[in-house]
Formats: sequence, structure tokens, C-alpha cells
Amino acid sequence: MDPTYISAFVTSIQNVFSTMFQLPVEIGEPRIKTDRAATHDVSGIIGVSGSMVGTIVLSMPTETATTVISLFTGMQIETDSPDFADAVGEIVNMISGGAKATFQRKDVGISCPSVVIGPGHIVSHQSGTPCVLIPCITDCGEVVIEVSLREAVEESAVPSNAA
Amino acid sequence: MRILLIDDSKTMRNIQKSILKQLGYTEIEEACDGQDALSKVGAFKPDLCLVDWNMPVMDGLTFVKTFRSTNKTTPLIMVTTEAEKSRVIDAIKAGVNNYVVKPFTPDLLSERITETLAKCGVSS
Repeated sequence: MDPTYISAFVTSIQNVFSTMFQLPVEIGEPRIKTDRAATHDVSGIIGVSGSMVGTIVLSMPTETATTVISLFTGMQIETDSPDFADAVGEIVNMISGGAKATFQRKDVGISCPSVVIGPGHIVSHQSGTPCVLIPCITDCGEVVIEVSLREAVEESAVPSNAA
Repeated sequence: MRILLIDDSKTMRNIQKSILKQLGYTEIEEACDGQDALSKVGAFKPDLCLVDWNMPVMDGLTFVKTFRSTNKTTPLIMVTTEAEKSRVIDAIKAGVNNYVVKPFTPDLLSERITETLAKCGVSS
């Protein structure tokens, strides 16, 4: 995977967390993730399509996610509320959109976010595409960004939804 | 001043609504996608719309094009994660008057709203 993709996500999560939550983010050592088990109990997932394909996952422990969401929304929201998932989705959406803007490609689309909450869930990335896990340390706890991206080969370079 | 917020994220609508209220705007209607917005513009008659791009059912760009086919004057501000220059150009060609990239600060959104209303000759 092109290392510039990783730096794009590092810059983007730092920008989103500092702008929206006034939270500095310290970046740990990125590593290859080989298992399918979710890193933490709250996963916000974005699909990437077009000339690049793959998935982006923002994974947070429930306690960290609850604190981050309270900073984001200005209120305490229960994890089983639809508003909690909505907020998690919007965060991964902003991180992915910010990173995508640095790719210098016109034809990369990102999906509307999906959010999975609960212990022991599995997030499958595309087979054959390496997944890089980027640990991010904040005052609210650790969050991770998982980036699994590759150039599309012999596929139509049309974004699924340039929305 | 009637303002229509169009975003599929309730969280983002609430954040924008809070900023608008701090600016003194209280007549605010919400829509969760472009189609929902089109169904509300007739009755609500907004003086300003804040439009997300990435939404299910009908995306913001399609909303802007459809809305602009019958309304050339109401100011539209795109508020989106789509930050590429080509996307901004597409949105301006479709008829948006200003563009805000998420994440944004309250000050930035406030500035863009104020400058858009001034540019479009709408009294706030």
C-alpha cells in the first residue's frame, strides 16, 4: 500500500479530532492487521470505490466512543441510540473524506457510513488487500483507523456514489 | 430568515442548527436527503439552504441541480466532506453559492453564511 495513503489518514484524523472535539491525537506505530476480529467494540465503516477500492474502519472502545461522541454532540448519548451510530458514522465520514481529498484522484467515491456496535463482531476487508492499523492515542483513550485500500485493477473506474 | 438544513446525519444537523441559533436564526427546517428537501422547499420557501453532498436516496449535487432548474436565486451552501477541487467546481457549476468542507469550526460556518447572504443580497 502506498505509504502516502497512511499519512493522509493520520493528517485527517488529527484534523477532525482537533477541529470538532479539540482533542489532540498522538499517532502510534502503524502495523499490518491480519485477523478479522474488530479491534474494538464500536466500528464505523466506509467503503471506497472507483479507481481505488477498499474499506476504512474507525474502531473505538465503547467508553472512548461514548466520551468522543459526547464531545461531538454536546450531550451524553446511550450506545443503543440511533444518534450514537449516526455520530460515529459522521466521524468516519469526515476522516475518510479528508483523506480522500489528498489522493489527487477525481474518480474515488466513498459510501455512506455503516456502524456496528457490540463485542466480538467481525469486519471483513477485501481479500488480498492488506489492512494497515493506525493506533491513535487521545485523552479519551485509544482509537484506531484501519485502512485497507488498493488500486482498482480491470474494474470500472466509476464511483458508486459521488455523493 | 428561513433556513433549510439538508443532511442525512442528525448529528451534523444539530451542530449546524446550534450555530445558526447562535447567529440569531430560529426559523429552521430539516431534511434528511435531497428528495426530502425537494418535498419541503415549496411550503417552507427557504431563504438559504445548507446542503450535504453524500446522502442516500438523493445526493446533494442532484438536489442542487433539480432545485436550480426552477429556483435561480435562493442561496445554497454545500457543507460536505468532499474536499477535492474537482468536486468544488462541480458543485459551483451546479449552482451552489458557497462551499464549506467538514470538519468546520463554528466561526468558519458563520463566516460563510454571512458572506453568502451578503453576496446574494439577502438581508439577514
